Amino acid sequence: MKLLNYTSKYFAFLLFFVLTGWAVIFYFQMLDEIYDSMDDGLENQKMLVIRNSKQQDAINIKPEFGDGYYTLYSISERSALGFKDSYRDTLMYMQNEKDYEPVRLLESVFKKGDEYYKVKIITSMVEEDDLIEDLLFSIIWLYLGLIFSIIILNNLILKKVWNPFYKLIGNLRKFKIENDTEIELPDSKIEEFNILNENIQTLISKSVKSYRSQKQFIENASHELQTPIAISINKLELLLEDNGLEESQANRIISVIENLERLSRFNQSLLLLSKIENKQFPNVDEINFNELTQSIVADFEDLLIHRNIEIEIESIDELNFSINPDLAQILLTNLIKNAILHNADSGKIKIRITSGKWQISNPGKIALIEKDLFARFQKVKDNSHSSGLGLAISRAIAELYQLELSYTFGDAHIFKIDFPQHK
Amino acid sequence: MKILIIEDEKDMLQNMQETLVKENYLVETASDLNAAISKVGVYDYDCILLDINLPDGSGMEILNFLKENEKTEGVIIVSARNSVDDRITGLNTGADDYIAKPFHMAELNARVKALLRRKKFDGSELLKIGNISIDTEKHIAQTGYGEMELNRKEFDILTYLATNQNRLVSKSALAEHVWGDHIDQADSFEFIYSQIKNLRKKLKDVRAEVEIKAVYGIGYKLTLT
Repeated sequence: MKLLNYTSKYFAFLLFFVLTGWAVIFYFQMLDEIYDSMDDGLENQKMLVIRNSKQQDAINIKPEFGDGYYTLYSISERSALGFKDSYRDTLMYMQNEKDYEPVRLLESVFKKGDEYYKVKIITSMVEEDDLIEDLLFSIIWLYLGLIFSIIILNNLILKKVWNPFYKLIGNLRKFKIENDTEIELPDSKIEEFNILNENIQTLISKSVKSYRSQKQFIENASHELQTPIAISINKLELLLEDNGLEESQANRIISVIENLERLSRFNQSLLLLSKIENKQFPNVDEINFNELTQSIVADFEDLLIHRNIEIEIESIDELNFSINPDLAQILLTNLIKNAILHNADSGKIKIRITSGKWQISNPGKIALIEKDLFARFQKVKDNSHSSGLGLAISRAIAELYQLELSYTFGDAHIFKIDFPQHK
Repeated sequence: MKILIIEDEKDMLQNMQETLVKENYLVETASDLNAAISKVGVYDYDCILLDINLPDGSGMEILNFLKENEKTEGVIIVSARNSVDDRITGLNTGADDYIAKPFHMAELNARVKALLRRKKFDGSELLKIGNISIDTEKHIAQTGYGEMELNRKEFDILTYLATNQNRLVSKSALAEHVWGDHIDQADSFEFIYSQIKNLRKKLKDVRAEVEIKAVYGIGYKLTLT
């Protein structure tokens, strides 16, 4: 949920309860006030009627309301004694409304001479249901109006206020440390945002700096290692050519050479990896992956015969993609070589090429863990010749071109490259 | 046959020199740009091995110098930086070949010989060893008893071993040359053996006076019988 909507949601909740509570209190207070003023009016009229009656010689008995607002009749002394003024609500038939409507009624008793009289005074009253209805509608309109205003306010003002924050988020989302670009943070009038920006800026430039120096270090280290390794291998090769070496001596030299070659390959893989990540393979060609697969498999022909492995290529569609030719070659070679080297029981390797998909499957029994597979230096224990960088390199190449390289396990290990639809 | 090696790394220079001296070339060396230019200016060489990264400048200047002075030396760029840029610029500026460090001594030897053959400095484009003559352009190997029927790999192995006659060629050097870089680490190159076996049989068929010997189980050596 977005920040703006989030606050709006809370406002909506809060306003709902506040307004409801307010409406209830308001309703009762208003009602109380209305009753109060009506009762005052009735009291006044009562006093007028009683005074009027007392001034006249004969009591004007009036048993029905008729066209007036009061009744007046005599009652027995017994029922008059102890009677106190009482207000109550009752219904009365109204000519205009043609219905019973609530009225306020005041009953009172007074004495003239020896006679007791009861007087009833009415006044028409608020229709409570109408009042409630009106009030409810007003409240609903007020509520909607407030919510609407808050949303508008949020969207106009808060959005403006939070603008630097959203810009920051946008920039952070686009930021990739590998791209070697600094992040641009706009100045804000709001202090907190400036502090946030400053801190992020510092954090990022620190990360970029350490990323760069780390990259530089790997590059320099592998680059500087190349020459001494090459010299050592060459010296040993020359030494081997000397006649008069005993076989055991020669074997030791060879073992050293082999290890140096391993070191050299490993070093080259590291260099390659950092070159890929530094995007140092700018030239791009339209590569036909069907042909490329054929040619790589052909290169492995002798190894395949030697290991008694068969590779079946199922070219269903033509697969063309714009990519650096060397990297395309490395990408597929690593995957194919991986399948060959980890093919334990002379199983059949299948390569399937459809439009937008390149897939290699290699029979196996136990699923491997995907995240470990593509990690660097992930070694299979029985293969000391492997640098553990092959699949990491393939993945780096895939990521460079927004290809999706994934591993799944059915009854075989399946490595799949998904090509984006646009070329 | 005169070769100039321009390389600032002393040990590297020594290795290359030793290898080429064994092939009876006259080898001279220069370890910086100034020395190199004065040598190139005065003498004519058949082949120059050129390191691009020199302490006092870029080896590319030698290429420009040769071009300006219309010299015809064959140049092989030797660079630790296996970068596409170096290779392309070098080859565009007139270098004939490019070899990236690290390389096997056998590979260096093969590249130099191939260049000299292409430039016909040997007087012939044919590689002759014993009674076999190998035409690397037309991919033909034959003796007086007939032409050998070789597939591409067998032909490449034969050529490679023949250029490195009497020298030990390790399996990894052979595999890298014939099968390409990416075949590395594959099963200690056991699969090379079947190709060698076929090649030996085919050599026998044309009564070639050469022999491919396995040495210490780590490589092969082609010698005259």
